[in-house]
Amino acid sequence: MSDVSHDTAVDTHDEHESTGIDNRKLGMWLFLSSEFLLFGALISNYLLYSNRSGFEGVYPAEIYDIPFTSVSSFVLLMSSLTMVLAHNALSSGDQNGTRTWLFATAALGAVFLGGQVFEFTEFIVQFDMTLSTNPAASAFYLLTGFHGTHVAIGVIMLLSLWGISRKQGGLSEKHGLNLELVGLYWHFVDIIWIVIFTVVYLLSVQT
Amino acid sequence: MTATAERPASTIFKRPSTPSGLWGWITTVDHKKVGIMYGYAAFTFFLIGGVEALLLRVQLAQANSEFLTAGAYNALFTMHATTMIFLFIMPASAAFMNYLIPLMIGARDVAFPRLNALSFWIFFFGGIFLYSTFIFGTSLAPISPEGITGNIPLGGGPGSFNFLADSPDGGWFGYQPNAGPLYSPGTAMDYWAFGLQIIGLASLISSVNFIVTVFNMRAKGMRLLRMPVFIWMSTVVAFLLLFSLPIIAVALFMVGFDRQFGTLFFAPTGGGDPILWQHLFWLFGHPEVYILILPAMGIVSEVLPVFSRKPLFGYSAIVFAGAAIAFLGFGVWAHHMFASGITPVAQAAFGLATMTIAIPTGIKIFNWMGTMWGGRLRFTTPMLFAIGFLAMFVIGGLSGVTHAVVPSDWQQTDTYYIVAHFHYVLFGGSVFGLFAGLYYWFPKLTGKVMNPRLGKIHFWLMFIGFNLTFAPMHWLGLQGMVRRTWKYAPENGFEPWNIVITIGAFIIASGFLVFMYNWWHSRRKGVDSGLDPWDARTIEWSIPNPTPEYNYAKTPVITRLDEFWHMKYDQDEDGRAVRKPDADEMLTQLEYEGNNPESPIHLPAPSYFPFVMAIGLPLVFYGVIYHTTPWGKALILIGVVVMLSSLIGWSLEPLEEPLEDHNDGMIDPEGAVV
Repeated sequence: MSDVSHDTAVDTHDEHESTGIDNRKLGMWLFLSSEFLLFGALISNYLLYSNRSGFEGVYPAEIYDIPFTSVSSFVLLMSSLTMVLAHNALSSGDQNGTRTWLFATAALGAVFLGGQVFEFTEFIVQFDMTLSTNPAASAFYLLTGFHGTHVAIGVIMLLSLWGISRKQGGLSEKHGLNLELVGLYWHFVDIIWIVIFTVVYLLSVQT
Repeated sequence: MTATAERPASTIFKRPSTPSGLWGWITTVDHKKVGIMYGYAAFTFFLIGGVEALLLRVQLAQANSEFLTAGAYNALFTMHATTMIFLFIMPASAAFMNYLIPLMIGARDVAFPRLNALSFWIFFFGGIFLYSTFIFGTSLAPISPEGITGNIPLGGGPGSFNFLADSPDGGWFGYQPNAGPLYSPGTAMDYWAFGLQIIGLASLISSVNFIVTVFNMRAKGMRLLRMPVFIWMSTVVAFLLLFSLPIIAVALFMVGFDRQFGTLFFAPTGGGDPILWQHLFWLFGHPEVYILILPAMGIVSEVLPVFSRKPLFGYSAIVFAGAAIAFLGFGVWAHHMFASGITPVAQAAFGLATMTIAIPTGIKIFNWMGTMWGGRLRFTTPMLFAIGFLAMFVIGGLSGVTHAVVPSDWQQTDTYYIVAHFHYVLFGGSVFGLFAGLYYWFPKLTGKVMNPRLGKIHFWLMFIGFNLTFAPMHWLGLQGMVRRTWKYAPENGFEPWNIVITIGAFIIASGFLVFMYNWWHSRRKGVDSGLDPWDARTIEWSIPNPTPEYNYAKTPVITRLDEFWHMKYDQDEDGRAVRKPDADEMLTQLEYEGNNPESPIHLPAPSYFPFVMAIGLPLVFYGVIYHTTPWGKALILIGVVVMLSSLIGWSLEPLEEPLEDHNDGMIDPEGAVV
């Protein structure tokens, strides 16, 4: 067995019966399919409690600042556009453009996160709605907090790619796939926000 | 031949290079070694869970027994179930999947070898985290809603194992609000909630890994309907895990937030809804029971044809039935909740849906019987366990159908009838299946065959002990003996059967001791198995035993189902199998070729990072439990730093390989670096 060499990747030169999708990309799709159920459970949980009456304290739906959240939602949506532009720039070999658009995506994500921090602060300070106010408030914070955590992880991944690209003077083929994976994740986080903004904010707001 | 290639030095750590010794195991990313570690860890937990069960049985052997306190009893049944489900059957199944998936599909390793090692270590440290509750956990008397700290006596004799009471005691299902902050103050249920969270993450990672492996890495010619049934069932289980774990993750986060950060999801005083917990838990919990049984069904589907000397009867029907069970399994969760006040329409719907599951299950059982029918049966130990599985699972399945009938279920809920049912499917089913697999694939691990005489003693002790233990629970349950109470009065008349049950439990334990001795003995002194000890049908037997580090010297090409069988056998005019005249020569040739690869073989390199990263996660959760203290906050920080730094190390590791040069580190047979 002395002629066995250890290396970082399984030999991919053998022919396999395969879906034709890269292993890591398929893995990412599977992971995201699981994430849909995570957010599905969180959203159902929120809807269940926000539709119940008789809790003490304010309901999240009474204090939404729809114009403000619309703006921050728009910012997050735009970050999906810049993500696509980053991917597009990389496939046409424009490393500078890739870096710019990656940074723009991360920045837009950070602005969205800033908006969320502002929103939470407002709710807590001005309206006295905390985790422990009532189950609807608990569910709101858990759901949007989880989404915010996902956005934050996405921002970190985008900045890492940006940093690697700066250090290496561009992204290699392998990191090009990484960009695609981060892109998939980022679009997923955006799609989830569209659902949250529609179902949790717009449809449950009380006028 | 030549030595391993020189590796460029890493920028952070020197990459681990020893394939042997303790560090060899800690840093391994070889799916076989990971599988073996899963197996040993799982069976260690089986032993612990078994001791817990024996303590419970000693307590119940007599009416009004003072052997355990009520607190210790609650803790032990909770830990027994949690251990057997999450720390024994799931990882033991994962052990088989790890070891066998690449071998049975003709691959060198799984799709993500380092993630695979990470799954194992997360599970391992998760198990240790959960069990550390016996050292660090506290289980205080509940505080009444009025805020008065009740000093509720735990019952039982003075000091009867009461030290065990400081561990999770809310049941493996953790019903709320009983397991919430109000009625289970202390930290024990935090260990439970966060421990399951950690272990669930391990399963989630491996499910992604296994699906990608099966979808992308099958040997040439192995189309989906040429995959062994075990591979099919593993894939189905991976999908079940993928879609059910996020739901329990949310539910456990809700409990964790309730307990640690004052949310009100399940708090009865703040308007929380305990039924929501039941929905979320069983929406995971019911697919979970198929996660536990389907791998064993896969194993049995491999063992029965080999020892019946016939192809599996109705291969595609078994495959589709397995998938159907999984699919239907997501639509029946509320049959666990018939007594919790859900509407009659929901009860009828879930009752009917539950009955439909009997159809695909019945298809499987008849196909297995069809496999054996007219076959030339060889009653080896794996075959005995497989037949034991079949018989016991039929009994458990039939009592399961009686739960689908709602009025009947109302009578059975929370009685020993339920306990009898799920032990027939989980022990008589899953565990018997796992033992069949251990005896069957033992030669692949060691190159030896397990002692058949000891194996048969093990089987009969376990089979008799099992039925003595769990059959009487049916009638005790129907007589009204309730679950989860630590005492019963002598007037109830439950005592005679309970003595029988306890004796049965000790017979099971003695059977397991025989098994452990056999394992230890056969590893050292077992008879050499050769290449194909069972006259098997699937390609993992076409390579030498024990399996070489690189699995296949030459990647196989598959032309049909049961490829290996057809390499050895032809058909005569009547369709009977006739061994090819050169079959033995071919096997000798295969063994030689398997041990002497012609061309250089690339294998994934060992890594420290999966191990280190897995340590970080329990640290964070310890920190969360004690987050109000400064050292709790420090632990969170340390855990996050450990995980982040190993993540960075992990992602930098492959950069050692120059991007342009795919042949780095490969050696050609003459020894010159390509």
